Amino acid sequence: MLYAPAPMHIPDGFLSLAISIFSWVMTVAILTIAIRKTNKALGERQVPLMGIMAAFIFAAQMINFPVAGGTSGHLLGGALAAIILGPWAGMLVMTAVIAVQGLLFQDGGLLVMGANIFNMGLLTAAVGYGLYRTVIGRSNRTKLIVAGLAAWVSVMTGALATSLELWLSGTAKLNIVVPAMLGVHTLIGIGEALVTVAALAFIFRTRPDLLGEQSVSAKGGRGWVVAGALITLAVVLLSPLASVDPDGLNRVALDLGFFATETASPINILGGYAIPFLGETPLSRILAGGLGVLVVAGVALLAARLLRKRTEST
Amino acid sequence: MHDNVFDRFHSGESLLHRLDPRVKVVVTVIFIISNVLLPDAAWLAFGLSWLLLLGANMLSGLGIWFSFKRSFVALPFALAAVTAIFSIPGNALWNWQIGLLTLTATDTGVLRFLSILVRSWLSVQMAILLVAVTPFPDLIHAFEHLRVPAILTTIVAFLYRYLFVLTDEVMRLMRARESRSATLPGHKSGGNVFWRARVVGNMTGQLFLRSFERSDRIYNAMLARGYQGQIRTLHAHTMHRADWLYGLVAVVLILSLHVVGHFPLG
Repeated sequence: MLYAPAPMHIPDGFLSLAISIFSWVMTVAILTIAIRKTNKALGERQVPLMGIMAAFIFAAQMINFPVAGGTSGHLLGGALAAIILGPWAGMLVMTAVIAVQGLLFQDGGLLVMGANIFNMGLLTAAVGYGLYRTVIGRSNRTKLIVAGLAAWVSVMTGALATSLELWLSGTAKLNIVVPAMLGVHTLIGIGEALVTVAALAFIFRTRPDLLGEQSVSAKGGRGWVVAGALITLAVVLLSPLASVDPDGLNRVALDLGFFATETASPINILGGYAIPFLGETPLSRILAGGLGVLVVAGVALLAARLLRKRTEST
Repeated sequence: MHDNVFDRFHSGESLLHRLDPRVKVVVTVIFIISNVLLPDAAWLAFGLSWLLLLGANMLSGLGIWFSFKRSFVALPFALAAVTAIFSIPGNALWNWQIGLLTLTATDTGVLRFLSILVRSWLSVQMAILLVAVTPFPDLIHAFEHLRVPAILTTIVAFLYRYLFVLTDEVMRLMRARESRSATLPGHKSGGNVFWRARVVGNMTGQLFLRSFERSDRIYNAMLARGYQGQIRTLHAHTMHRADWLYGLVAVVLILSLHVVGHFPLG
């Protein structure tokens, strides 16, 4: 069988409904922006290109290389797609890849697809491009080194997000799942970095025009650098915290109303959120979920506005 | 492409094959949501849920065990849920000491773990059945009707169409790699992991260029045939009375599962 499933696709049933819906809301919000941006930036000519590029990422994941002891590595492609196509188009391409993997191969569930797209498509593209954006205009050597780093960080980001979602759904124990996932993906990430760097080096040698300063990919704003730095910082801070001091993170999640203490009630419809002063009622959970979404959306909007001003002034 | 490993559609003439793809998508999603919402250890409801699934298998004309036989794809991921056994407070069953970490398995934890497995296993089966009775282009069309943005469905349609072509490219690249990788008896073949990764990187770059240049040719060919930015279809899906009826029956059955699941007898 050519098709090798990656260990990051969450199947249905592993995430609670609240976390699934929350991830879908975030994913849809980001994708809406991505669609608007790509529609504005790209003509009808780019739509077939993005479709073929999605097929390319899908097919590239089939090229495996033996690592050790019968296991083999292959590309995930989030960072590579974002570096070649630019962040927004990269996100759409990865979304299509993950959607087909879930729909056609049951590699990743349908209800949890929002989470899978977020972890493996949106986060990887954002952090991958964000880090790469810092070295646009530098020498190819610097670009390749940073691209490798970006690819590695993108895999770690996806793995961390996956384990946090599993934990928030009450499916996994925090101080086991985070070290386990990050441990496995440290190696997978190295493979990702090596393949990404080699593929980019090949493109630099053969078609440098595709990755030049005039290319689509160079057109992402400077805001991506901030986004990439913030995500990297979050990974760097959260990973050790989750592994060494899970109680600390539990505390934070509880205070934010993110995490339901296990209730014994037979009708545990939204096992995810609670607002402290409203108690453990379905209403409070829905309100908490809505509040969380509003806060996230507000922060995102504010950041976007600030960043737009900055890019206009430069 | 010689083998159709990517085509999951099994052609047939059955009630499920004829049903409007929108109904099938919506019922599948409701079924999966229903599994997630059923409380832990609602074994009766889980059992009935599976019966429902078997019934759907029968209606598909593909054989009653069709989805069951293909349903173990998600099993490796079960490892992630094993920790649920230790993370949920309840009556302790046994203790396990690894280094500094003491793991206490609880009865509620074990029930949670088993329930997660069952939920995932049921959901996967429904998804398998969905793609087995719906041609992929119809599925994409259904998502278009369900308000998924056109740019996404178009990308997915292109992905599906050219997946077969690019897989052929991948097979050629891999065949070429294999024929270059001859080994002398008694000698180690190839270089170290870094070398192998670089070879894969070069193959990936090669694949990218071939895909990129192909997309140019495809665009020109499409333009010559009157492409104006969206894909048209002659197959207009319309919802008939039967579609509404069967969809409704399915939803009512799924809802009644919850009566059983949330209010156990006695």
